[in-house]
Amino acid sequence: MRVELGELGFDEGGGLLIKRALRVAGPGGQISVSGSAPDLALHLRSWCRSEGHELQWFDADALITGASNVAARWSGAERSGSPDPSTPNSVAEHPPQFWGLAARGALIESGSPEFAFTLADKIEVWSADAGRIYAQGAAAQWDPTTAIPWNANFDLPPEVEDAVVQIMTYLIENETAALIVPSRLVSQLHPHFREVMQVLALQAADEARHIEVFTRRALLKRKELGLSTAGGQASLKTLVEEPDFAVASFLLSVLGEGTFLSLLWFLDRHASDPVTATVCRLAAQDEARHVAFGMAHLREHIAQDPGVLPKLANAVRRRHDVLQNTAGLNGEVFDALLLIASGSWAPSDLRQGHQNVMKLLQEMDELRQKRMVHIGFNAAEAQELSALHTRNLM
Amino acid sequence: MSNNTLLLGAVAYDPKVVLIWDGFQAYFAKQGLRFDYILYSNYERQVAAQFAGQIHVAWNSPLAWIQSERIAAATGRKAEAIVMRDTDCDLTSIIVVRSDSPVHAVADLKGRRVAVGAADSPQATLIPLNFLGAQGLDPGTDFEVIYFDKLPGKHGDHIGGERDAVRALLRGEADAACMIDGNHLLFSQEGVIQSGTTRVLATTPTYDHCNFTVLDGAPGELVDRFRDLLLDMSYADPSIRPLLDLEGLKQWRAGRTEGYAALNQAVNRFGYVEPFVRQVAASCG
Repeated sequence: MRVELGELGFDEGGGLLIKRALRVAGPGGQISVSGSAPDLALHLRSWCRSEGHELQWFDADALITGASNVAARWSGAERSGSPDPSTPNSVAEHPPQFWGLAARGALIESGSPEFAFTLADKIEVWSADAGRIYAQGAAAQWDPTTAIPWNANFDLPPEVEDAVVQIMTYLIENETAALIVPSRLVSQLHPHFREVMQVLALQAADEARHIEVFTRRALLKRKELGLSTAGGQASLKTLVEEPDFAVASFLLSVLGEGTFLSLLWFLDRHASDPVTATVCRLAAQDEARHVAFGMAHLREHIAQDPGVLPKLANAVRRRHDVLQNTAGLNGEVFDALLLIASGSWAPSDLRQGHQNVMKLLQEMDELRQKRMVHIGFNAAEAQELSALHTRNLM
Repeated sequence: MSNNTLLLGAVAYDPKVVLIWDGFQAYFAKQGLRFDYILYSNYERQVAAQFAGQIHVAWNSPLAWIQSERIAAATGRKAEAIVMRDTDCDLTSIIVVRSDSPVHAVADLKGRRVAVGAADSPQATLIPLNFLGAQGLDPGTDFEVIYFDKLPGKHGDHIGGERDAVRALLRGEADAACMIDGNHLLFSQEGVIQSGTTRVLATTPTYDHCNFTVLDGAPGELVDRFRDLLLDMSYADPSIRPLLDLEGLKQWRAGRTEGYAALNQAVNRFGYVEPFVRQVAASCG
């Protein structure tokens, strides 16, 4: 093979043409190179030496014999599955740690360094739905500046506005936990499970946006935020500190965010102002995806290993025991919810509001049970465990 | 000194030296060779240590090899270069000028300024200056020598001196700069040298670079095993490839000493190593 470089220097891209020709020629193959760039001979000499290629000159033509070890780097390399998860064997059950950060499907040089990803078993983290859920989430991203009618003209009764501020303060705190949990998990997840990594990253980004819009709504008419209680934080601390992927996902996504879905839709329905309704509706749409992913991968996990069910059940019982001496949902949040649901201090409105909140709590309980049955619990277990769910809701 | 562990000396010219020798130590251990290494901050300390019997093998710069060879000759001992890298063989140094320079021949450097690397760098100072001397230009007399002394005692292993020399050339503070051939391509890739801004004025004859040096009296069995293991290393072996990449070679080769003639001439011209050779030889007596 002959490479005519003309005036092109080795350092101006000529090296690329030479490398390509040598690749085609294969180990031990020969190519001839000619060119008129002033430094060509100098650069060829030093480059061939550093790469182990043999260089000879015949008048103005260089003859390069490719090093026999040029392909040695890739002799023990292995393909890390396939990018398309729908093809057979594309996603490894136990991807080796040395596959590291490589794209799934890349050819990985042997001798690559070992990483220490603790979430490295497919059964524990994978869902065939992850790619679809990610794509749906990526397409549904909304811009907090334009998606919410921040300039809408409204004035709530002062106490109702205070109640909104309190609810927003509570939501921010809970969404912070919901941001930290997937962020921590994604840093421990083997990147081979690309779609799961993307879902978790998007989940964290969703929560970042929720925190922003809840904060903006709280401060729309007020200068200060509401209250944060020790009991609420104690409940969230158990979530943030949960090390097990399945348990964290169960507590956060299936039970916590599942329960929050009902709350956010409730606020959307009962809020007296368009800003509160919109931020809650948009957040609920995102939370629905988080719940869907948690349910999808837990359902697949449990189908393959029903032994994980007692572990999840025990986690709920343990969390209940830890939190039984805390206040749970603080009175201020409950009262604020009641006031928002009522919309005024009129006794008839309050009665209706109270009935609505009671209906909400009942709906939360029913849906938690449904979700637990969907992933593999029997009805009796689902009923028992739903009753033990944290009174803080998340 | 223990004779069941091969002790190697190396100069710590870069933090990667620890990675390299820790890696080789683990590799040798797997092959059943007990091996350890001692790092020195400069080659003179390492050469003296080898003659004092503190190490069995020295990973020597070409100048350290000349020093060792001369001390050995002065003390009735024998130095041998047992192994070197494929990339140590057949190097050249170049003298470059700016492409628009009026300097078109070596003789045109008379009265001008030539930037070089560290004073003890074979490739960026001693060999090219000797080359110019052989062309009839006496360094320091017929032209001014501007030294860029990075890390003296490391014999130019650190390429910062050469990089500074070429920067001085490009800034117009020197009329020519000396460097090893491979660094011209490296500096081009780094963007220090823009393509077409320099011209190669002259190229030295070929010469060789580092080698593993042993002195007579070193434990033969350990040294033989060490040499055999090095020569058997394959770039295809993933456990050793990163170390070969760090050390800058594809394959170890048997040592040879013909390639040190140019440096020997340079050292003779400048009398560069004689005080050190005499000092170590005296301490051996």
